[in-house]
Amino acid sequence: MNIFVFVKRVPDTESKIRINHETNSIDEEGLNFVLSPYDEYAMEEALRIREAKGGKVTVLSVGPEETRIVLKKCLAMGADEAVLIKEDTPELYDGLRTAKIIAHAMKTTFPDYSLLLFGKQAVGGDNAQVPVMVAALLGLPQANVVTKLEIEGNMAIAHREIEGASEKVNAPLPAVITAQKGLNEPRYETLKGIMMAKRKEIPVLTLHDLGLDEDTLVSQLELVKLESPPARQAGTVIEDEPEAAARRMVEFLRNEAKVV
Amino acid sequence: MILVYIEVREGKVKKSSLEVLSEAKRRGDELDQEVFAVLVGHGIESLAQEVGQYGAKKVIALDSPLLSSYSPSGYAYALAGLCKELAPGIIFFTATSMGKDLAPRLAAQLGVSLASDCIQTAVKDGSLEVKRPIYAGKAFATFRFKSSPIMATLRPNVFPLGPPVDGQGDAEKREVVVPEDQVRDRVDEVLKEEGIELDVTEAEIIVSGGRGLKGPENFELLRELTGILPHSAVGASRSAVDAGWIDHQHQVGQTGKTVSPNLYMAFGISGAIQHMAGMSSSKVIVAVNKDAEAPIFKVADFGIVGDLFQVLPLLKEELKKVLSE
Repeated sequence: MNIFVFVKRVPDTESKIRINHETNSIDEEGLNFVLSPYDEYAMEEALRIREAKGGKVTVLSVGPEETRIVLKKCLAMGADEAVLIKEDTPELYDGLRTAKIIAHAMKTTFPDYSLLLFGKQAVGGDNAQVPVMVAALLGLPQANVVTKLEIEGNMAIAHREIEGASEKVNAPLPAVITAQKGLNEPRYETLKGIMMAKRKEIPVLTLHDLGLDEDTLVSQLELVKLESPPARQAGTVIEDEPEAAARRMVEFLRNEAKVV
Repeated sequence: MILVYIEVREGKVKKSSLEVLSEAKRRGDELDQEVFAVLVGHGIESLAQEVGQYGAKKVIALDSPLLSSYSPSGYAYALAGLCKELAPGIIFFTATSMGKDLAPRLAAQLGVSLASDCIQTAVKDGSLEVKRPIYAGKAFATFRFKSSPIMATLRPNVFPLGPPVDGQGDAEKREVVVPEDQVRDRVDEVLKEEGIELDVTEAEIIVSGGRGLKGPENFELLRELTGILPHSAVGASRSAVDAGWIDHQHQVGQTGKTVSPNLYMAFGISGAIQHMAGMSSSKVIVAVNKDAEAPIFKVADFGIVGDLFQVLPLLKEELKKVLSE
């Protein structure tokens, strides 16, 4: 099994997001960047499949130089190799651009793949587009938002989460699978893993190395405005006897908010 | 022309697809563009009439036995064929689990960018603008499109359903030929989740619990409330999910679901930043928490500082009373 895992460096979920209105971008100052949480499930699943079936796990990320930190974490978790596709363009919130870069890299540089694993989305842009777009561009079957995965011979048997149910999908490999929380419990890096990761080189590919022409990657989305969500006003907060408090809340819901 | 993909689940049209259709009609009227609707499946043409009532001038059912159950690659293949023929200016999907799975696949096949999970659409200077949450709602981004067709998915439960009108919409069934090798990710089986009637993303009322519930058994108290409140679902904070008290499907927040119900009821949820990001666009928020300093009270329209184990049963009785009036 030649498994590829695709990861992204994102601000952690406890981050407060501030907007720089001059540059029309997110202010990155003081943000703590981490491996996107769903990517951890994808990493863990790749390692488990390798442990069961043998093979190799390569982790790949498209992003700035600082992305090395999350790639090192993946190596420390147990990935065999990590590759950085260096991309210094600021966040454009355009999934197609990233998908084109990944699909192109797979075709030209890593054509021998059996399974492409992603997190179901990166927390941040929240597009949830790149994996499926890569599947489309490479002509691969997909199972998206997966909470259970088995590999049997040449087939991936995946349970994908939908509203109030799961869909069972059988897809022949190579396929694109995206990980949802619940798929597994990601392992912690071991000290030995961290030491090994330190010694591993992370090769860097530029868009130019890949033979990609910037003209073919131009985003078709124009970011007009970034804004903070409308601030909510704190309402009435009461401390009262439970009976009276419950009655007043229901009165509020019924007569003022009119939602029940 | 604006093309709207109509999602069919278990032989029924998804309500959120009709919300999208209603929104398409509103923008179509402004842009002077007709609205077409498309369904994909097998033997579904009888649903066309219902769809026509929400403003579609024409309802096209793409039909093939190979598409009787959902396959993202198969459905995208059929839709791409139709898009090439009709050349719509705008394509809308609902941002459900199917829409989020299918729209990016079609967008990549058509070679266009996609705006996901939009919560607002508008016409500015004759072209479409969309607004979408990023960082699970910690910020909003507004986009314009530089290519055609424009593609966007619209969040369920946000766009008002237009009033149905009589006898509109021509229905057309089209048999499509889909090569076997384009249908390699077909759904074999749908496994129903025990006890989930409605997903949190689709619920009008969410009754949510956090660490203050103290254990998995106490989610039963919330289920008693959803039992009497129409179109409601049980939600949960990350700490309750990570403690193993309830399945991740229920999690609201940045590593769970972002929701905008009419009413969000938070019990024993302090209001961590990643949780608030996922629910602060709810229309009305109420909270019960024993800690008067809990951040949840900063966003709640009505809050009770108190013991939820005392308040919940009383709330249920009070709600029962007013609901039976």
